[in-house]
Amino acid sequence: MTELHRLTLAELNEGLRARRFSSVELARHFLARIERFNPTLNAFITVTGEQALAAARRADELLAAGEALPLAGLPLVHKDIFCTDGVLTTCGSKMLSNFVAPYDATVVERLAGAGVVMLGKTNMDEFAMGSSNENSAYGPVRNPWDTNKVPGGSSGGSAAAVAARIAPAATGTDTGGSIRQPAALTGLTGFKPTYGRVSRYGMIAFASSLDQAGTLTHTVRDAAMLLTHMAGFDPRDSTSVDTPVPDYLGALEQPLAGLKVGLLKEFFEKGLEEESGKLVREALRLYEKLGAKLVEVSLPNLPLSVPAYYVVAPAECSSNLSRFDGARFGHRCEDPKDLLDMYKRSRGEGFGDEVKRRIMTGTYVLSAGYYDAYYLRAQKVRRLITDDFARAFKQVDVLMGPTSPTPAFDIGAKVDDPVTMYLNDIYTIGANLAGLPATSVPCGSSGGLPVGLQIIGPHFAEAKLLNIAHGYQRETEWHKRIPKGYE
Amino acid sequence: MSLTRRDVENIAHLARLAISEEQLPVYVDSLSKILSFVEQLNAADTAAVEPMAHPLAEQVQRLRPDAVVDADQHEKYQRNAPSVAAGLYLVPKVIE
Repeated sequence: MTELHRLTLAELNEGLRARRFSSVELARHFLARIERFNPTLNAFITVTGEQALAAARRADELLAAGEALPLAGLPLVHKDIFCTDGVLTTCGSKMLSNFVAPYDATVVERLAGAGVVMLGKTNMDEFAMGSSNENSAYGPVRNPWDTNKVPGGSSGGSAAAVAARIAPAATGTDTGGSIRQPAALTGLTGFKPTYGRVSRYGMIAFASSLDQAGTLTHTVRDAAMLLTHMAGFDPRDSTSVDTPVPDYLGALEQPLAGLKVGLLKEFFEKGLEEESGKLVREALRLYEKLGAKLVEVSLPNLPLSVPAYYVVAPAECSSNLSRFDGARFGHRCEDPKDLLDMYKRSRGEGFGDEVKRRIMTGTYVLSAGYYDAYYLRAQKVRRLITDDFARAFKQVDVLMGPTSPTPAFDIGAKVDDPVTMYLNDIYTIGANLAGLPATSVPCGSSGGLPVGLQIIGPHFAEAKLLNIAHGYQRETEWHKRIPKGYE
Repeated sequence: MSLTRRDVENIAHLARLAISEEQLPVYVDSLSKILSFVEQLNAADTAAVEPMAHPLAEQVQRLRPDAVVDADQHEKYQRNAPSVAAGLYLVPKVIE
């Protein structure tokens, strides 16, 4: 049974159904690996071992009775941004260090309803603000490929857990690249659906016009399996889109001949590490061999996506995070002398540096006298960027380029300069501003560290994206690599 | 864009954040850097552009019927509250 962690979610599903192993065995195997490797990686904030074993026992009973749910007995971990009924939900913050969620997020509820067994809640940048997982109140997460390196962020705990094979799959959220960038830096498949495709009910809000839930898995097939159950209309999320969910698994094997791929010109210009650029170009050549036609596409306003994001996202965060007031839940300071003192000290103590920095940036760009110069202008640039994408999708089916400008960097290397840190998301933010679905798949190794290929599609083209990314994984082995020491 | 110490004190007050004396200069520096960085946005010609607030232009945010759909769970919710009495949230005195 030692090789259970080497299997994909799809293979585990098959094995469970064939009764080659039980859900309890599976849960025990992964929980033992968490116990063994998590002290080094710090990928978890909470491990829910007993609950997991109880859920696994129920799954085994159903499997034995032959009335199993579609994902019955499969272990999974949730980013600690998703509310889980009766389980600590911290969002990586001291502010919520004592918050036991009173209900399940829709994503959690739907996956549990499909039979998934939750093993725990993963570490993350506080309130999903960060690109390195160094902003967590629960300490940084380490990259299993090299424990001196960051795993990326903000879904860094989810990424490290799956990459180290201490969990077979994880949920994440992506506001500016928080699924795709850590997936790239840890050699995983990261999938961010279209804005509104997956319900955000019970997913703690950062920037409401950008946030979207998705997956971190070994393969595209595993992502398709999970998205099948995560996607779909939810009346409890006012931005949830009421369109049918297509057959994602059924779309995987479509031929790629005749596919028109746009090579994102701006993504290969200055700032891209040479080896990463080479590997991404090699991946593009493989698509040509598979019958795709490559066209260079320019999105002239795309270089403005990082500054536009760093006005829009902080503005929305300053509003969303005003709910943390020390009154109804979360951290409250000792002996407040009046209401104002309670607000200020509770928030000052409960939030970490980067969260405070973004709340203040947002407060400033929304304040009287600066609103037009910053916020309104950023919203206009956001439209220019979105229009660039729309024009590109008239010419091509999907856009491709790198996910991250460099492979994983050293822990501590960029913590002193927020602007340098922000530039890690230069290739991922565009898709969030335009609300587009996008994925990152491993496409090589630079100096022993994984590199990701990013594929961006038009709104609601999830099935097509999964099909295209799966086509690459049929021909390559990069997604099968396991970091040394975790085999 | 360079912010002064006073600017940052004012922003922190508006945002209801207590910032320590030692931390203030750090925020003066980093917030100034961020604001200088986003000034790149001035390079774009936005004169004839409509601002965009939502990524799905065709999508209209729904309104739901004004109906009670949830059961009363205030006891469960208040388990997370720092201070509660008789089903009420307690805060420092607001009116003298």
